[in-house]
Amino acid sequence: MLAGTLATFCLLVAASAQAGTVTVAVAANFAGPMARIAEGFAAATGHTVKTSAGPTGKFYSQIIQGAPFDLLIAADDATPKKLIADGHAVAGSNFTYAIGVLVLWSAQPAVVDDQGAVLASGRFNKLAVANPKLAPYGAAAMQVIQARSLTDAITPKLVTGESIAQTYQFVFTGNAELGFVALSQVVVPGKPVTGSHWRVPSNLYGEIRQDAVLLKNGAKNPAATALLDYLKSPAAKAVIQSHGYGG
Amino acid sequence: MDAATWTVVWLTAQLAGLTTVLLLLIGTPLAWWLARTRSPAKPVLAALVTMPLVLPPSVLGFYLLLLMGPHGPVGQLTQWLGLGRLPFTFGGLVVASVIASMPFVVQPLQQAFEAIPERTLEAAATLRAGPLDRFFTVAVPLARPGFVTASVLGFAHTVGEFGVVLMIGGNIPGQTRVLSVALFEHVEAAEFAAAHRLAGGMVAFALVVLVALSLANRAQHADRAAPGAAR
Repeated sequence: MLAGTLATFCLLVAASAQAGTVTVAVAANFAGPMARIAEGFAAATGHTVKTSAGPTGKFYSQIIQGAPFDLLIAADDATPKKLIADGHAVAGSNFTYAIGVLVLWSAQPAVVDDQGAVLASGRFNKLAVANPKLAPYGAAAMQVIQARSLTDAITPKLVTGESIAQTYQFVFTGNAELGFVALSQVVVPGKPVTGSHWRVPSNLYGEIRQDAVLLKNGAKNPAATALLDYLKSPAAKAVIQSHGYGG
Repeated sequence: MDAATWTVVWLTAQLAGLTTVLLLLIGTPLAWWLARTRSPAKPVLAALVTMPLVLPPSVLGFYLLLLMGPHGPVGQLTQWLGLGRLPFTFGGLVVASVIASMPFVVQPLQQAFEAIPERTLEAAATLRAGPLDRFFTVAVPLARPGFVTASVLGFAHTVGEFGVVLMIGGNIPGQTRVLSVALFEHVEAAEFAAAHRLAGGMVAFALVVLVALSLANRAQHADRAAPGAAR
């Protein structure tokens, strides 16, 4: 009797050690696909995933102040590198899980043509971009404008969102007729993109690599390393691509 | 202070100043009505005025962005009037700030008006002072501390307002890039030296304003205590 109870207890302890919890800081633009990946991961492994979505820059400030995250799924590749250099992340654990695709988008149909000629036409009230200092998609948008030699013409019409999410809001509500946003924001898996958009050729801007990294806090957490591995699996890749990322 | 910072500070001061003046013009009759009315509409209107105090600024910013946008009723009205659209303009920030700072101006005024005894106004009426005369020569002077508090809080809250201006501003230099937005950008970009300059300045500003307000109120009480003691 006693031996039986003890055995059950040991089993329970072992099971709870196996089914761990991983706390993830995820870039706001990847929150949607991450929720689906977390479901698949939980079903496959029994681990629990707790995600916080937000701007990568803010997570950086929080992590260096000791925020209890195991993984950072960033919107760029610079932040994970910086965290490794600062000693807050595990060297060699960073890898590119998705490549961001930039689109010029309008919530209205027939505003954006498939060559992006509308940029030079000047027939729009405002062009929304993410703050190029803060968001990789914003920096990419400015490169496209420069590549088309339109910096002077477009500057008076430029409005900046503090993040790519806010930039999307500006365009979605029609307050800016045009905006450079992430393809992942306008793609709903299995449905056509609403409004009109131009998928910017990738030679017009520097690659937007989105990297994930294992943080020092999660280095000894098996659930954290398991999730990092799961992100590289074909199941996760399929979800990532269906949401409008390259990679 | 470099030119860009100066532009930001000056723009913020203009926004807060204009918002405060408009709020005193709108808020004074509103507060007077709220203080004196027995209308059943009073609790509803009082709640509407107080709402910006309890709602997260992002709620306010989100609805303003929708309402003032090309498909929103306010946006359609401003376009019909030939004013164009309000988001991403200084005018839009003024409208948003008036709404967001409304309770900070109306509530101190309402409290000051409510503190005026009915008898004082009745006495003025028996001396044949008309309603407007009673308001300007009796109520306004008696409510002076309320006006001081309302102006200071309205100005200071507009300077400190962040969520709403971030959501409808678009961070355009010289038009919508105000102090709180510029500060946020510095912090996010890890430009901590620049952030410290603005943040430290704002902390000092808030401290000076609140200490000055408290001193002004104390002086007012002292004024009243001496000659008014016989009352």
